[in-house]
Amino acid sequence: MMRGPLRHPFLCPVMRVGLFVTCLVDLMRPRIGFAALKLLEDAGCEVVVPVTQTCCGQPGYNSGDRAAALTLARKVLGEFRDCDYVVIPSGSCSGMIKTHYPELLAEVPQARTDVEWLIARTWELTDFLVNVLKLERVPGEFQGTVTYHDSCSGLREMGVKSQPRALLGKVRGLQIKEMGMPEQCCGFGGTFSVKYGDISARICDQKCDDVQSTGADAVVLGDLGCMLNIEGRLRRRGDTRTKVLHVAEVLAGPGGEEG
Amino acid sequence: MELRARDFKARVAESLANPHLRKALANLRSRMVVGRIASVAELDNFEDIREAAKQVRDNALQHLDFLLEEFERNATARGARVHWAETPEDMNRIVLEIAKAAKVRKVIKSKSMLGEESNLNKYLQQGGVEVRETDLGEYIIEQSGDVPSHIIAPAIHRTKDEVADLFEQRHQLPRKTDISELTREAREMLRPHFLTADMGITGANFLIAETGTTMIVTNEGNGRMSTTMPRVHVAIAGIEKVLPTLEDVSFILRLLTRSATAQSISNYLSFTTGPKQVGDTDGPEEFHVVIVDSGRTRVLGSELREALRCIRCGACMNHCPVYQNVGGHPYGWVYPGPIGSVLTPAYAGLENALDLPNAATMCNQCGVVCPVKIPLPDLMRKLRERQFERKLRPWGERAGLKMWAWAASHPAVYAALTKIGVRVGRSIGGRDGLIHSLPGVAGGWTAQRDLPAPSGKTFRELYAARKRG
Repeated sequence: MMRGPLRHPFLCPVMRVGLFVTCLVDLMRPRIGFAALKLLEDAGCEVVVPVTQTCCGQPGYNSGDRAAALTLARKVLGEFRDCDYVVIPSGSCSGMIKTHYPELLAEVPQARTDVEWLIARTWELTDFLVNVLKLERVPGEFQGTVTYHDSCSGLREMGVKSQPRALLGKVRGLQIKEMGMPEQCCGFGGTFSVKYGDISARICDQKCDDVQSTGADAVVLGDLGCMLNIEGRLRRRGDTRTKVLHVAEVLAGPGGEEG
Repeated sequence: MELRARDFKARVAESLANPHLRKALANLRSRMVVGRIASVAELDNFEDIREAAKQVRDNALQHLDFLLEEFERNATARGARVHWAETPEDMNRIVLEIAKAAKVRKVIKSKSMLGEESNLNKYLQQGGVEVRETDLGEYIIEQSGDVPSHIIAPAIHRTKDEVADLFEQRHQLPRKTDISELTREAREMLRPHFLTADMGITGANFLIAETGTTMIVTNEGNGRMSTTMPRVHVAIAGIEKVLPTLEDVSFILRLLTRSATAQSISNYLSFTTGPKQVGDTDGPEEFHVVIVDSGRTRVLGSELREALRCIRCGACMNHCPVYQNVGGHPYGWVYPGPIGSVLTPAYAGLENALDLPNAATMCNQCGVVCPVKIPLPDLMRKLRERQFERKLRPWGERAGLKMWAWAASHPAVYAALTKIGVRVGRSIGGRDGLIHSLPGVAGGWTAQRDLPAPSGKTFRELYAARKRG
């Protein structure tokens, strides 16, 4: 059994933070991973990015393929052992670890200590920035209004609600205008969005209506699934104006990284 | 009700194309969802009551055998006759036997989901007994030859204008458009039946063990008439409906009406303890309680046990983004929405309702609003696991998941494959960075949405390049 080093605040003042970028950020929008990296490094963290990281196992878990989910969960368990914290720019993947790994890994009794260790150190990015790093300033700048969409797992599994709004409030030039029902699901639902694409798109229409009625320049959110869904539906509806942005990229501002 | 959960996808398409339904469901959202927030805020300890209600229901389910026998003893002592039915067919047979023995010609019926489970009305009619639904929503359903789409608002899928057309045609009276006028007209149509019926059939929201009482929660008064006017009253109830004491019922009611209709209390709460007693001015001469298993015991012994805590408020469906858009009919049986996605496979068979547990975004709004804390997404996930194990999911889906998991657990292979994948994705994205069409199952995404294309390189590649300097 391995346990990572616990940071001693005097002997070892630098936090060692493992960044789990998530498979969707890795494949679709690397710039969000770099934005998260920048925010953490600017705050003085030593950031570790395990190169073997892939997926948290949620697609299998939610599709009934428990064995596949278990394989990937055990892999994640081994990848962040030398970190003080594991930070994830996603409510969905952090929720998977924090609320579902204990149940999933209950059938592997020898992993229990490691699971407890991991879930105690796992944070959603904005939650970590606010409640652990207590970030006072952010480098981002945004001239215009944004509206924030609460992703389901972030909100209901990780308690992420005020944190991204508090951070966005520190972005120069940015104004927040709330939509009518920010907590309403966007209709993504992982494989649901493909299996039941017609229902998914109809649910997303309500989200798009809600976003557009604010007149905001951008809808900001904390999960790639919602991001691809909302952006995809907005564009198909002919809206090329409303930007769809991950909260990390708004907070970090332009970082010069490609992707 | 006929089981049609296999037609889920086809009926979803019908629902999504129905503009009347869209309008009707928009009302549901604004009334039930917004209303519930204010109603729940009246209590400063709603969450504590939820937790207590969960424990009371769990405790009752833990001691069902004891409580049901206690109920039977106390109800019998007050002159009720208690019958036990193992299957829906047994229940129908028992109810018809009671009707025949009492020479019943006409039945007035207050809403019962158990009656829907067993097709009770049809069975009684075939047995020569006239049956009239008296709940306004159920009356609309009956008159239009439709089936309910919600457990407490069965005609929620109908707009006022549709009901106005229906009444004009069925009642042969000038068309009314005002809701109170429509309601009055229905009441005038129903009144003669209340006065001439020999038997009233009701469901039961709860059975109270300590007093042998059955109780129903209603808003229209038809329930009260059904329990008091005809000379025979039959209450039908699933075994899971029993609670130990009146005290338990009284505090669970604080959750039930708020969760269901955003009311602090419903217009009527009818408690029935035994038939008409000496000195009573009204009440039935005979009072029968039919307690029905109909799959409950099987669920009690399964991993879906927590679903039996359900107190039938409908909050899970009111708050479900899927239900809000497709309505209740696609779910294809008595219980729609999240609770139906668990109960239908549990009662009617996993293989007969394959779509139901999968047709959910797992947003967990249902779990958050459920007054007895049923972890609905977790139960749906368990059903998904059983489908996967029994190879009830399509071959391609299972293979796809296996391949994803295999690649994702072999980082070198994953790196090579994703490196190619994101470049291909980038190249098929147009100049606007959007993929407009994808083949095969992925077409489910692009039929009504674009897919923002990947940006062309993976984070891991770029990060490695940065590290190299």
